[in-house]
This record gives sequence, structure tokens and C-alpha cells, in this order.
Amino acid sequence: MAALPPYVGPMGRSWHYGFRVLCAMIFLFLIAPILVIVPLSFNAEPYFTFTKAMLSLDPDAFSLRWYQDINNNPQWSLAIKNSFIVGTSSTLLATTLGTLAALGLSRPEMPYRTAIMSILISPMIVPLIITAAGMYFFYSNIGLAQTYPGLILAHTALGTPFVVITVTATLVGFDRSLTRAAANLGSAPTRTFFKITVPLILPGVISGALFAFITSFDEVVVVLFLAGFEQRTVPRQMWAGIREQISPTILAVATLLITFSVVLMTILELLRRRNERMRGIRAT
Amino acid sequence: MAQATIDAGPITAADGVPLKRKLAQAERRKRLVSFGLVAPLLCFIAITFILPIADMLFRSVENPIVSEILPKTATALQSWDGTVLPGEDIYATLVLEMKDAAEARTIGKVATRLNYEVPGTRSLVTGTARKLKKLEEGPYKEALIDIDKDWGNLEIWAALKAIAPPYTLSYYLAALDMQYDQHGEIAPQPPDRQIYVPLFLRTLWVSLFITGACILLAYPISFLMANLPTRISNLLMIMVLLPFWTSLLVRTTSWIVLLQKEGVINDILVWIGLIGEDGRLQMIYNMTGTIVAMVHILLPFMVLPLFSVMKTISPSYMRAAKSLGATPARAFWKVYFPQSVPGIGAGSILVFILAVGYYITPALVGGRTGQLISNFIAFHMQSSLNWGLAAALGGILLASVLVLYWLYNRLIGIDNMKLG
Repeated sequence: MAALPPYVGPMGRSWHYGFRVLCAMIFLFLIAPILVIVPLSFNAEPYFTFTKAMLSLDPDAFSLRWYQDINNNPQWSLAIKNSFIVGTSSTLLATTLGTLAALGLSRPEMPYRTAIMSILISPMIVPLIITAAGMYFFYSNIGLAQTYPGLILAHTALGTPFVVITVTATLVGFDRSLTRAAANLGSAPTRTFFKITVPLILPGVISGALFAFITSFDEVVVVLFLAGFEQRTVPRQMWAGIREQISPTILAVATLLITFSVVLMTILELLRRRNERMRGIRAT
Repeated sequence: MAQATIDAGPITAADGVPLKRKLAQAERRKRLVSFGLVAPLLCFIAITFILPIADMLFRSVENPIVSEILPKTATALQSWDGTVLPGEDIYATLVLEMKDAAEARTIGKVATRLNYEVPGTRSLVTGTARKLKKLEEGPYKEALIDIDKDWGNLEIWAALKAIAPPYTLSYYLAALDMQYDQHGEIAPQPPDRQIYVPLFLRTLWVSLFITGACILLAYPISFLMANLPTRISNLLMIMVLLPFWTSLLVRTTSWIVLLQKEGVINDILVWIGLIGEDGRLQMIYNMTGTIVAMVHILLPFMVLPLFSVMKTISPSYMRAAKSLGATPARAFWKVYFPQSVPGIGAGSILVFILAVGYYITPALVGGRTGQLISNFIAFHMQSSLNWGLAAALGGILLASVLVLYWLYNRLIGIDNMKLG
């Protein structure tokens, strides 16, 4: 942080530091709730609060028992398995459908572009409770409620807007003369697509896929309505944990999920940098 | 040159087709290809997403129970004016049809349906149906009133008439705290049963409050990050993005850990002596809990658009204003703030849309007083099983969200939506 220039008076000086203290408090508000979970998940006692022993850093006050609990509890292992099954399948579907649509939407000759775009984005905008209620009736009628395919289709619908948005954003700066040059040099359209277009839009596709995955991985409202006991996902299991039998196991799960989101965030940031480098946009 | 072209007639392609038509063909083919790329997703969304919602909205107006189970009564009631009790003929039709329905075991559905309109009438219908078996001949009017004097009550007949048509607005009326009175006119519900309009207003105020709080909290930190060197602002950005990427349930759990009576914040307050051991504050399982947790969850959705707008505001404008003699406050208010308004607009609409339809957080930390409209939709879906009312409440919520979405589209454009 640069030092203040000498002409700044006491008023300006106190304003400058006061403002930074205010900002620090807002950042604390954002980050503290997430950080406080991590040490509590190592609590040896079944409490949701710091014990005296924990505060004096007594090693006996910390334990891994809640992590073992996840490991030993078949409900949690099932939930983790389900989350990955549903998350991966819906991500694959959403990424394929979304990328194709984004390619079409970005072509200058696309008719009714805005109208179609607003329909495709709508799953992101419509309140989840309405989506869930609608799907509950409809999927029950056609026998898809309480099945994996039903849940996967529902999560695919919720994930596609993110893929469409990120891939369209990547295509905004796409230089069409590259594909024309490839065609001019005798490359067939499919070859051009895989050799020229795909490598260039790949960062957008991957970050869209990550968004779709995290949407499915974090979604609980639709799961509450559509999934049976066999299809319970991690958020559904946490929901049950908070509502029914509150135990520090969910803090351990929460810590694992935080670690997971840090990993995802890092991947996204690396992708963003790669994208900027490839297009020669300097980091601003 | 121009003369020569006109003389030669229309320009043609190699195969003799006029170039203009050839171009139109090529453009049509391109349009078809583009549309073909979008079509799979469009169909997918239409079937898995839009159709279910349309199906649900249909439930808010369809009303098959009375018109299917008691069809003749339903038709006869249409010509009844509602000023005096219906005549013997309608009573007779009702008795006959109720007997049939009791035999077919469908009378319970009618009882449930009537109970939505006038609470406490379930037993009137099922009880009467049971006693009707012994009733062989008329006059049915006296007999029915004899079985239960409610059959001599105009209000019951008005309610029965209101739910008789196969399509009805009564769910929407109920969702707006109104009903059909005995003359078939729309009238407000009795004051003790008016719950949904206050609930919609509460959802509206809470969402506005949350949006306002998000603006107040997001503005300073976005301003700070936009005016710091990239290296430092990227680090600070992690503190915004980490909550954004962390599971919703994790964040809600952490607020339970922080705010509950035996929680971290109460512990700290007791420790520094601000409150006594028995004066611990109830900060969760009420509206405070809902608001605090939702502000935290939605704050990144305000910071991200605001930051990306502020990033584009050149610092030289402020410097120019100051060098022309403006005080820092005036320079900020007259020069910087107006340029940041598009960011506030984008963030506000986004946060408001998300807040209005929020379900998870109020359900987990809202307790009894912190519930919003979504929670009542879920309640009618899962517990009271009054699906028509759930659909009507959902329809109203959906309509308001779509208006906001349209506004967002007009003002900002979905193309400009940024993620992460």
C-alpha cells in the first residue's frame, strides 16, 4: 500500500485509514464464517463451539473422529458416490449441449438470438423452488422421480446456462478468419472444428463445465423434491444433518467441501490466465 | 461501368442462377446450421424445464375434483344465485351423487377440496356421506340440514359453487388473500386468514433490505479493489470468490455455528463482558438469522458486477475534478458515483432476483418468523398437499421474477452477465 502524499491533511489521513478498517471488517464478514468451520471440525468434543482446551491449543482437544465418522457411515459414502455420479453425468450432458448451443448462438447469422438466449438462461433465473415443484409433478407422471436419470436430467437443465454463458463469452473474441484460413487451406469443417475451434474455446468449455459441476454438486432443492433415499447427495445429507441430527460430522464434511472449492477455484484461475495468454490479452 | 452492369442484366453465378438468389440460399443454409446447433439444447430445456413448469402452472387453475365427482351438482349450482339456500332439487342431486361418491370412495377428495376453501369442513362432507346410506327418500333438504346444520349455511354452498367449475381462479384468489363470497363476487378473506399478502410483502421488504445491505457492503470493498494494484486486488478477490464457490449449505452451517446461543459470537460477547451468561442473544432461527446469512451468501453476486464496472472507471476523472477545485466528497459523488451506477443496477437486480426466491437458508436458519414465500410453497407442496395453492403462489412469484429478468435483459443484457 502506497504511503499517503505529504499534503494530505489529518482529515484525509483518518478517512484513508478509517476506510481501510471498514473494508477489512467487510472482508472479515465474508471470510470468517468459512474459516471458523475448519478448526471446529477437528473438535474432540461433540460441540459446535470452541472448548477451553482447544483455545489453549491442547493437542488432546483435537481429533479426527468426525472425519472417521464420515468414513464409517455408509450414508455419507453413498451420498458422496451419488454426488459424483449425478455431478459428472449432468456435467457431461450440459457441457455437450451447452457448447453446441453457444457455437450456434455466436454465429452472426443466428436468428432470434436474444429471445433464444433468454430461454436458455432461464433455468438460472427461475427460483429453484418453482423448478423443483414443477419437476416433482412432471417427473413423477413420467416415472422419472426418485431415479438417477431424473435427477441427472434435472441437474443438466440447471447447469446448461453456465456453460452457455462462459462459452459464449469465450467466443466473443473469437477470430473467424482463423477458421476461414483453415477452410481455405483445404481443411474439412470437422477437422477445422477440432483442430482450430476446440483448442481456442477449450478454457471456456472447461470453466463452464466446472460451473455446471458445482451447480449440481451444491444443489439441494431439486434433490429434496426429486430424489429418493437411494439418490441422496452430499448437500441432501447435510440438509438432513442440520435439520435432524446435528453433529460435528457435517463440519468435517463442510471442511472437505471447502478444500474442494479451493481446488476448483485454483483450476478456474489457471484457466483464465491461460485464456488471456493465448489471446494475447495482457493481465490488467 | 454502371451502365455496363445494367445492360448485362442481373449478375449470375457460374451455374446461371442470379447471384442475389444464390446469396439468399447460402444465408438460409447458414441460418439453418446455426439453428441446428442450438436446437438440441432448446428442445432439452423445453422438455425438462419449461414443460414441467407449465404443467405446474396449469395446476393452479385446473379444478377437476367437484366437476368430476359431483358433475350434476356442479352444473346445477351454476344457475343458483346464492341469495337464499338452494331448492330441494339441488339437495336431491347432491345426496344422490354423494352416495355414489361414498361408494366409489372418492368423497374424501371432495372433502379435502372444500376444506381448502372453508377450513374445518372436511368432517362435514365425510360425516354426512357416512350417514347418507340410511337416507332413502326425501325431502332431502330437511334431511341434510338435520344431519349437519352446516348444510343450511349459505357460506358452505357458496364455497361449493366456487369450486364447482373445472377451471378456477380460486387458488390465485386464495394466494392473494381473497375468495368468492356467497354471491360469487370476489371479496377479501376474513382478517385472521389473511397470510399470503403480508408474506409477499415481507418477502419483498426482506429482499429489498438484503439488496440494500449488499450494496452498502459491496461498494467500499469493490472501490478499494478497483483502485489497488492488480497484485493486491487479486489476493483480496480470493476472499470474495472463496465464499462464492463454497457450498451454500456449508455457509449456512457456519452461520449456525457462529450465531447460535452457544455459538462463537455469543461466546465472544460473554467473554469480553458485553452481555451476561444468561443474556445470550437469540440471533438465529428468526429473521435476523435469515437476513445475516442471506446477505453473506448473496454479497459476491453484488461485488463481482460492481467491481468489473469500477475497474473500467478511469482514475483521471476524479483527479480532474479535484484539480478543478472539487472537494474529495463532491468529486466522488458528482463524478465517480454516477459512473458506478450500472454496476449497482446489475448487482441489485441479480441479488434481488436470487433473494426473492430463496428457499434453503430461510428454511434452515429462519425458524418460525424468518420464513419467506418459497418456504410456504414448499410447505403446501410437501405437508399440506394443497398443490393448487402452491402452484398459484409459485405462479405469482415466477411472474414477478420474470418481470425483473426482462428488466435485467433490457438494462444490462444477459450477454454481459459475468461469472467468476
